[in-house]
Amino acid sequence: MRVSLQKDLCIGAGQCVLAAPAVFDQDEDGTVVPLADPPPAEEAEAVRSAAHACPARVISVG
Amino acid sequence: MTTTQPTPTPPTYPMARECPFDPPAEVRALREESPVSRVRIWDGSSPWLVTRYDDVRTVLADQRFSSDVDKPGYPATSIGVKARRKASRSFIAMDDPDHARHRKMLIGEFTVRRTESLRPLVEETVTELLDAMETLPQPVDLVEAFALPLPSMVICRMLGVPYADHAFFQEHSRALLDVTAGADAAKHANDELRGYLAELVAAKEREPGDDLLSRLVERRIHTGELTADDAVGMAFLLLVAGHETTANMIGLGTLTLLRHPDQAAEVRGGDPATVAAAVEELLRLLTVVHTGRRRAATEDVEIGGVLIRAGEGVIAAGESANRDPEQFANPDELDIHRRGNHHVAFGFGVHQCLGQPLARLELQIAYPALLRRFPGLRAAVPVDEIPFRDEMVVYGVHTLPVRWDTAV
Repeated sequence: MRVSLQKDLCIGAGQCVLAAPAVFDQDEDGTVVPLADPPPAEEAEAVRSAAHACPARVISVG
Repeated sequence: MTTTQPTPTPPTYPMARECPFDPPAEVRALREESPVSRVRIWDGSSPWLVTRYDDVRTVLADQRFSSDVDKPGYPATSIGVKARRKASRSFIAMDDPDHARHRKMLIGEFTVRRTESLRPLVEETVTELLDAMETLPQPVDLVEAFALPLPSMVICRMLGVPYADHAFFQEHSRALLDVTAGADAAKHANDELRGYLAELVAAKEREPGDDLLSRLVERRIHTGELTADDAVGMAFLLLVAGHETTANMIGLGTLTLLRHPDQAAEVRGGDPATVAAAVEELLRLLTVVHTGRRRAATEDVEIGGVLIRAGEGVIAAGESANRDPEQFANPDELDIHRRGNHHVAFGFGVHQCLGQPLARLELQIAYPALLRRFPGLRAAVPVDEIPFRDEMVVYGVHTLPVRWDTAV
């Protein structure tokens, strides 16, 4: 699974951290930070959930 | 004689609820039959009401739909809300790039981790309030004793606003969120609250503390990134949004749980994953921001097969999206074990609620603690005697008298 992040569009809502805490974190300013890139296979569902939940549509899964 | 097709008068929005726990039946009918359709609002204009989950998310994620109250066609919630939004501009009513510039100054304060560090404060506040509530003669108004003071005390501590002034700002924020209030009343409440916060920001300049407003002064005003007036607008937004929304989720959410004793028992059990899922489900089912998210189209955009023209208003009805059976199985049922619950109770798109981690933290602590403290907690009056907040921007209950079993 490949994940790409458009970090400049991140609005720091933190939805990805809730959906996939093993894969996404936020820096001090709230912007998304990948923790596991590429994410492990068992996180695939959580990552898809994060991509769906992201209000700024910053996460794309390929 | 020629016959012309009569133009049907669009239904008036918001519609009246038949049941206090569900959106109006007419909203459901529109979602099924005409999911993007014209409605008539208080000022006589006819914006588009968007009612399906996918369409609501599409609108809210598309910045061609503006949040700027001054844009042609913007469908303000009421004359009072319109007056307030014009008089007290904050980033909720701005578009990018201004919106993003302001929001980015605050998101570090509301990260998931930063919010988690507030857990001890929220837990202590909950314990304090429940201790006090326990000593009161029954019935007790849950709103006054617990639902309102909890988020109010937490946001005050976070911002650095003295909670001792709560009667003052609660009274004014109530006036600001009453859709039946006129422009003058809203303007008056707005001016009072802004004046108060301007003095507070000035006080933080003289004597900074360990709070959000002091950090704004030090890191944003002193660096020239933000004017004092903009900081007042931010403080205003955080203070009003920070206590009304969560307060109403506590009140209405508790009442809803009490009507589902089996699910309430699971929440009382306190398993963190169960409680977290229950909070999401209550957010979805109750959608206390219940009269849509307002936007104005700045370009022609097609939504759900309907062409919305530049200069037309759009209301993205989150309260309908959250009951869309295409997205949520048995949408009108409370199911705290629901999976994949990507509701839009906090909105969607770049304006999605900034304080949502704080709201979640407060609700996840409040419901189980309340249910554990008061065995046999129940409403002290029948539902038809409970005053629901139909006329307010944020739905919920004005009061909720409760009783509980006491040890003999």
